Amino acid sequence: MATEATVLGIFDDGKPAANAAKALREAGLGQITAYSPVPDHNVEHAMHDSVSPVRTFVLVGGLVGCFLGFAFPIYTVLDWPMITGGKPLISIPAFVVIAFELTILIGAISGMLSFLGMAGLPRLTGQPAPDPSFTNDKFGLSVVCDAGQAAAVREQLEQYGATEVRE
Amino acid sequence: MSFSKINDDILRTLRAPGPWWYVGLLAALTALSFGAYAFMIQATTGLGVAGYEHPILWGIYITDFVFWVGIAHSGTLISAVLFLFRARWRTAVARASEAMTVFAVCTAGLFPIIHIGRPWFFYWLIPYPNERQLWVNFRSPLVWDVFAITTYLTVSAMFLYLGLMPDIAAARDKVKDWRRPIYKLLSFGWLGTSKQWRHYTALYGFFAALATPLVISVHSVVSWDFAMSILPGWHSTIFAPYFVAGAIFSGLAMVITLLVPMRKIFKLESYITVHHFENLAKLMLTTSLIVGYAYMVEFFVAWYSGSRFEQGTFYDRMFGQYWAYSWMMFFCNVILPLSLFFKAVRGNLAPLFIVSIFVNIGMWLERYVIIVTSLSHDFDPANWAGVYQPTWIEGAITIGSFGMFFTLFLLFVKNFPAVSITEMKEAETLDRPHEATSA
Repeated sequence: MATEATVLGIFDDGKPAANAAKALREAGLGQITAYSPVPDHNVEHAMHDSVSPVRTFVLVGGLVGCFLGFAFPIYTVLDWPMITGGKPLISIPAFVVIAFELTILIGAISGMLSFLGMAGLPRLTGQPAPDPSFTNDKFGLSVVCDAGQAAAVREQLEQYGATEVRE
Repeated sequence: MSFSKINDDILRTLRAPGPWWYVGLLAALTALSFGAYAFMIQATTGLGVAGYEHPILWGIYITDFVFWVGIAHSGTLISAVLFLFRARWRTAVARASEAMTVFAVCTAGLFPIIHIGRPWFFYWLIPYPNERQLWVNFRSPLVWDVFAITTYLTVSAMFLYLGLMPDIAAARDKVKDWRRPIYKLLSFGWLGTSKQWRHYTALYGFFAALATPLVISVHSVVSWDFAMSILPGWHSTIFAPYFVAGAIFSGLAMVITLLVPMRKIFKLESYITVHHFENLAKLMLTTSLIVGYAYMVEFFVAWYSGSRFEQGTFYDRMFGQYWAYSWMMFFCNVILPLSLFFKAVRGNLAPLFIVSIFVNIGMWLERYVIIVTSLSHDFDPANWAGVYQPTWIEGAITIGSFGMFFTLFLLFVKNFPAVSITEMKEAETLDRPHEATSA
């Protein structure tokens, strides 16, 4: 008993795809996944995607790195106190360099990991994209809906200029 | 240009390249083996085979280290700084420069290891709780270097890979042969959903924003290896900006040196145009002027300081036993790049290519001059007699480093999209006339 259907609409450009996605969302027809060869603001806007939380991870990672960059050298000089160059053990200006580099390093690593996590990557098993042309030149909307709504979805996709629609 | 044409044209570079690519790879591998052979001799015999002689205990290896770190810098300038400035011409050259950055840092990172007497103990530089219960000295610029270089390598490699991910996915969906599973693996299973793109663009912006201060910090830290000491000729506050400008200058020259043949071999003339080279040349000219200014300031400060040792070092630099290197450095880095003021030079690939080669030589000499002439003329007149005579081992390892760099770069441009497909397509959509959007 198939209660769900997947309708795929293929577009030549981002704009009609965005318009179609917007119309489908407004009509409340199914779950939409949009595919595109380039980041497309129209599509993102139509999908009502919120601001990526990657930024929070970069910030937190950076702050952690900054803290570690000071805390770690301070811990080591206190763990084995050895005065060099007549400088105080806790030489903050020297440790600023370490803190600066670690801010960037851990901020970047944390951003990368959060990106991979939220984008669902690496994704080495599972279905490939429904059409290989989505990395080339086509935009796609894959709509998962009730079997009964498939016809309506198909009509919407065609109305907004999908060059190809298939289920 | 349509999306699919961009896709086809750039992915065409993954097919069998012409004979010149193989000639280049063979030459690079030969140079690399020669360097590896020389290093084998050094590792089994000891550092005595290098030409170090008291007080000149930093020589060609440190010159090579600074040179290669410098080469890396322009890649980040093009991929990150120009991205933040929305300089759209960067798109065509960003990928190759970014790859160059990663490979140059890889090459540079070997030199401190080659330079130390017992390379198998290089891990002593890494701060970890070891059996001797000793920590590294965090007040030493050499340890800052370890942090700066590893951070730089990690961040630029991640930046490069992030940009590559959608492009490898495009390759995965295009090639049909045995490479397909490899590209599938390397693409991380990229789909190109709007959700993925949203996180991707966010992270890309953050990487650019993080890499920009990083690139400035890295060569500043490298310059502090010198400037934090009290040696005349090194102990100078201008070193950090002077090194950063010099690094970008040399890196831009290397980008031009690499891109001129690359665009020819892979027939990318319609993507990397003379306009792009002209822009690179303008940046090179700007940084050359900054470097020229820094040279003059160094001499002025030496005179103005009233320190006879400073003055002596700089007099020696120009008229001492290493005078030929210094004058050649001036000619390559300051005089010759002035020709880029003329459009006939910067808008023509042949003269531009020649200038870029000379700048590469000049910037290598700059590091040699800074390191060797300063060390040979310290505070103790008894030390001034020493002459540093590099041996063939040092020469061979230097040649080997070029071999390694070119090997990595050649393998990269053959096996990965050497121009960013995604960004070329994006630029294409921006070039279209704006229509009223109903979305």
